[in-house]
Amino acid sequence: MLGGPQSTTPPMSCYRTVDSTGTDIAGADVPYQIDHALATKMYSTMAALQIVDTVFYEAQRQGRFSFFMTSAGEEATAVGSAAALTIEDTVFTQYREHGVMMWRGYTIQQMAHQCYGNILGHGKGRQMPIHYGSKELNFHTISSPLATQLPHAVGAAYALKLEEKQACVAVYFGEGAASEGDFHAAVNFASTLSAPVLFICRNNGWAISTPSTEQYRGDGIAGRGPSYGIASIRVDGGDARAVYNATAEARKIAVANSCPVLIEAMSYRSGHHSTSDDSSRYRTADEMNRWRARDPVMRFQSLLLANDWWDPQQEKDLRLSLRKEVLKALEAAQKEPKAPLSDMFTDVYKEMPWHLREQLEEAMAHVKAHPEACPSDIPVR
Amino acid sequence: MISRCSRGLSALSRHSCSLILRGLSTAAAASSEKSETSRINLCTAVNEALAITLENNKKALVFGEDVSFGGVFRCTADLLQRFGKERVFNTPLSEQGIVGFGIGAASLGCTPIAEIQFADYIYPAFDQIVNEASKYRYRSGGEFNCGGLTIRAPYGAVGHGGHYHSQSPEGFFTHVPGIKVVMPGGPADAKGLLLSAIQDPDPVIFFEPKMMYRTAVEEVPKGEYTIPLGKAQVKREGTDITLVGWGQQVAVLEKAAALSLEHHDISCEVIDLRTLLPWDVAAVGKHARVLNDAFAGVHRCTQTRRKRHSEVYYGLHSLCIKC
Repeated sequence: MLGGPQSTTPPMSCYRTVDSTGTDIAGADVPYQIDHALATKMYSTMAALQIVDTVFYEAQRQGRFSFFMTSAGEEATAVGSAAALTIEDTVFTQYREHGVMMWRGYTIQQMAHQCYGNILGHGKGRQMPIHYGSKELNFHTISSPLATQLPHAVGAAYALKLEEKQACVAVYFGEGAASEGDFHAAVNFASTLSAPVLFICRNNGWAISTPSTEQYRGDGIAGRGPSYGIASIRVDGGDARAVYNATAEARKIAVANSCPVLIEAMSYRSGHHSTSDDSSRYRTADEMNRWRARDPVMRFQSLLLANDWWDPQQEKDLRLSLRKEVLKALEAAQKEPKAPLSDMFTDVYKEMPWHLREQLEEAMAHVKAHPEACPSDIPVR
Repeated sequence: MISRCSRGLSALSRHSCSLILRGLSTAAAASSEKSETSRINLCTAVNEALAITLENNKKALVFGEDVSFGGVFRCTADLLQRFGKERVFNTPLSEQGIVGFGIGAASLGCTPIAEIQFADYIYPAFDQIVNEASKYRYRSGGEFNCGGLTIRAPYGAVGHGGHYHSQSPEGFFTHVPGIKVVMPGGPADAKGLLLSAIQDPDPVIFFEPKMMYRTAVEEVPKGEYTIPLGKAQVKREGTDITLVGWGQQVAVLEKAAALSLEHHDISCEVIDLRTLLPWDVAAVGKHARVLNDAFAGVHRCTQTRRKRHSEVYYGLHSLCIKC
C-alpha cells in the first residue's frame, strides 16, 4: 500500500530561491530572472498592498465601511504570481488576492469605492466590501462561496482553448477551499478536458480558526495534483521570486500543452481572517510573531537591496506617498453617493421582467409615501 | 363543481397515457410530406434544436454525462459525429462540475448547453445555480454574465422511476431571481422553447418531460424557429374554469377537460404556462378574470407556486384549488 499514516514517503519538496531572511539560496534554480524594473514594480505593489491592508482595516474599525479582509503575510504569493501572468490571462480569485488585482492596475481608489459600496464601486454597491472585479483588467467578480470559482475557471480555460488563444486562466483559492467538492470537480474536469488553467493555492495554514492539520491529512494540496494527472509544484509562498518562477513555468506548460498545472504556495495568514475575526482566540502570539519575522515583503526587499536597486530614502518616500494616496482615496470614496434605489432591481436579468418592474414600482411608491423607510444616503430614483 | 373537478383530475393523474397530441394546425397534420413540418417525437425535437444551435453557433457546446454516445435518452444522438469532440463531449460524473464549468465557459462568451442526466441529480449543482449562475450579472454590476448557459434536465414520473428518476424539482428554482425556468409540454414547444432558451441572454434551466420523449409525437416545424419565453399558451378554450399546468401535466389537463365536458358538462380552459420563471401572469389573469369564476393550478408532484398577481387573486369569486 502507498500512503496513509504509517507511510514513510516524504512530502513533496518546496521550491524556494531565498531563505527566510531573504538571502539567496546557493544553487537554486531561477530560470526566470527578475530585472530592476520588474523588481521595483513588484516591490512597490507589495508595499502598496500592505498599506492598503493596514489603512483599510483601520477604516473598517472606525466604522467607515462594514467589512474588510487583509492579505498580510501573502503579498508575495499574490504579486509574485500575478507578475508572471499577462493581461490576456483571465483571473478568478477567492478573496485574499487583491495583490493580483493591484498588479494588473486595479487602483486604490477603485478598491475604496467598492468597499464603500458607492455608485462608482464595482458591482453598484450590491456586494459586501472586497468583492472586487474588473472586466477591463480581466478578473472576474469575487463571490463569497468558497471554491465555486474553480470549475468556472476550467470552463473559461476551455473557452480560451477553443479560441486558440495563447493564454491561460489562473484561479486562486485557499487550502480550506480546496476541501470543497468544487475543487475535486474542477481539477478532474481540467485534467480530463485538457483545460489550460493554473490552480494557485494559497496554503496559509488557517481557514478562519481551523488549522491545516484539521483540514487535510494527505500531502497538502500539491500532493493531490499528480493523482488527477496534473503537474504540480509546491513553492515557498513568501519568496516572491520563487512564486514568480513557479508561475511563469506553470504558465508556459499550460499554454503550450493546453493543460492544467497546480501550484501550492506555502505561506502564513499573518492577519485575522477578516474584520469579524480575532485570531488571538485560537492561535498564539508566539506563532504569529515567528511568521511576521519572515515578512515576504522584507524578504523581497533584501533582493532589491542586494542589487542596489533600492535605498532607505526611496522606502520612506514610497510608504509616505502610498499612505497619502490611500487616505485620499478613502476620503473621496466616502463623498460619493450610493447607487440609486432602482439599481436594486436592474441587472438581475439582462432585461427587467414584469415581476421585477412591479417590485421596483412598489418600492418607489412605498419610499415616496414613507421616506424614512429608505436610508438617507440612497438616492430615490 | 370544483371538488368534482379536483377528484377527477387526481384520478386521471394516476393513469399513464400514451399521448398523441394535436398538431399545430389541421393543414399540417394532413400532409407532412409537402409541408415545412415533420412528424417527430420530443426527443428528436430536442435533438434538432441542439443540432441547429451547434450548426449556427460555433461557440455552442453540448456536454454532460454520456452525451457523446447520444445520451441515455438519445437526445444528443449523432451530435458528436456531426460537430466533433471539441464541442460535443462527455464530462466526468459531477453535476457541480458540469454546471460550474458551464458557467465559466458562458462567462467567456460560449453558449454551453449542459445536460444533467436526470433532474433528480441536479441538487449537487444547486449551489452553482443559485449562488453563482443566477447572480453572476447582478453582483458584477453588469460587467460579467453567464447568460449563454442553458441547463437541460429530463424530469417527471414515468411510472417505474421511483424516488430518483421521477422528480419534478422546478419549484426549487422558480424562486431564484436571475435564472429562467422553462418546461415544454410537447415536441413542437420543446424545440421552439429550447432554441429560445439557448439564445436567451440569461441562464435558463430547461426541464424536459422524459415521459414524453418517445410517446409525444406531433408535427414539428422543420428548421429553426423560436417560441418566446415568458408567454403561456391557451391549449383549449373554455368558459367555466381555468386549468393552469406545465410540462407533461398539460396533456393530462387536456384529457381531463374533455372528460369534464363529456361527463359533467363543465367547460374547462387549459393554459400551458411553458415558462415558469418569469411566468405569464397577464395571460392567466386575463383568462381567469374573463371567466370570473374558478381557477385551479395543477401540478402532480409539487405545490403550485402560491405567489399570485393581485389581478388574478382578487378577480376571482371562488377559491383557488391545487392538486
